[in-house]
Amino acid sequence: MKRRGRMIFFLLSAAVFAGVYLWGLKGLPAVGHYRGPYGDVLNQVATYERHVTDIVTAVNFDYRGFDTLGEEFILFMSVVGGTVLLRRQREEEKSEHKDQALSDESPERQAPEPSDATRVLTLGLVGPLVVFGLYIVAHGQLTPGGGFQGGVILATAPLLVYLAGDLKKFKQITSHTLVEVAEAAGAGAYLAIGFAGLILGGAYLRNVAALGKTGMINSGGTIALINLATGLEVAAGFVLLLYAFLEQTLEIRLRGGK
Amino acid sequence: MSFFPYAVAAWLFVIGLYGIVTSRNFVHLVICLAVLQSSTYVLLLSIGYRVGGTAPVFAGVRVGTPAVDPVVQALMLTDIVVEATVVALLLALALQLHKRANTLDPDKLKALEG
Repeated sequence: MKRRGRMIFFLLSAAVFAGVYLWGLKGLPAVGHYRGPYGDVLNQVATYERHVTDIVTAVNFDYRGFDTLGEEFILFMSVVGGTVLLRRQREEEKSEHKDQALSDESPERQAPEPSDATRVLTLGLVGPLVVFGLYIVAHGQLTPGGGFQGGVILATAPLLVYLAGDLKKFKQITSHTLVEVAEAAGAGAYLAIGFAGLILGGAYLRNVAALGKTGMINSGGTIALINLATGLEVAAGFVLLLYAFLEQTLEIRLRGGK
Repeated sequence: MSFFPYAVAAWLFVIGLYGIVTSRNFVHLVICLAVLQSSTYVLLLSIGYRVGGTAPVFAGVRVGTPAVDPVVQALMLTDIVVEATVVALLLALALQLHKRANTLDPDKLKALEG
């Protein structure tokens, strides 16, 4: 009965959605016949104005830089929220001492050891992944990529270490305090770069740094700097989230898989 | 064919919503929400698409070559970040729920406990 009522509500909603969507589509051009004008203007001027070749990055970190600041803080707050939601509850405090001896699980609860194939593959991937992530962060203004994309790639490196070993290995290579500081520093650096624009150029987030030569890695002025700051924040933020989730898997395993 | 991507976007939205409505598991529900949200990617990209247009990246391509709209692509990046954060928060909630209520089925949940 409850489910039937829900289905009826869904069908009604879908019908309303279909009507509104079709109505809205009437105002849209057919796919492939983009009418502009903003995208066309940006495609024409961004390379000359900002010395960058990836226009999407120029939009994100310069023309629309203030919005992206908000976006970065959405991510920041969600990491804070995730960490708070997954913090040790009061009844879990008791198991705190087991933290020191992670291998202290009773044999029947022990997670199976990762196979040699997993270990070889994941550990072999860590190095290339870190280099690739740094490359994506640093070349955001030239080719597709940037701080958000590269940061996520970087954050997968400790996850691979976890897959190859256990939580202890993950903790060994990521200092929680350091990662927290890195996340805050990344978010703060974005803010600070904005204030530099305000002080030196008269407008928040104005691109005041030297623009460099188009096509070079140091081109783009503040776009490149913000990319680095974002990369730091995103990588650290995702590592913190992984940390919180992986701690929970340990917590659940200690309680006998409940 | 010129409206096909819009139809795909609508389909993703509705099928995601259907999944949410009929879901028997909160993890499944969160993934359905992600499917629903991916409809906005398809919609944004179709709005900015231009037949024969290149990517709005002018590394090795002369400026002035017809390209697709970079603004909607930048918006899509925001969209993806929001989706990732929403999924992370909801999965954290689902995890805590499972610890407390020992179920992930929305129908098996009793009334709210204070």
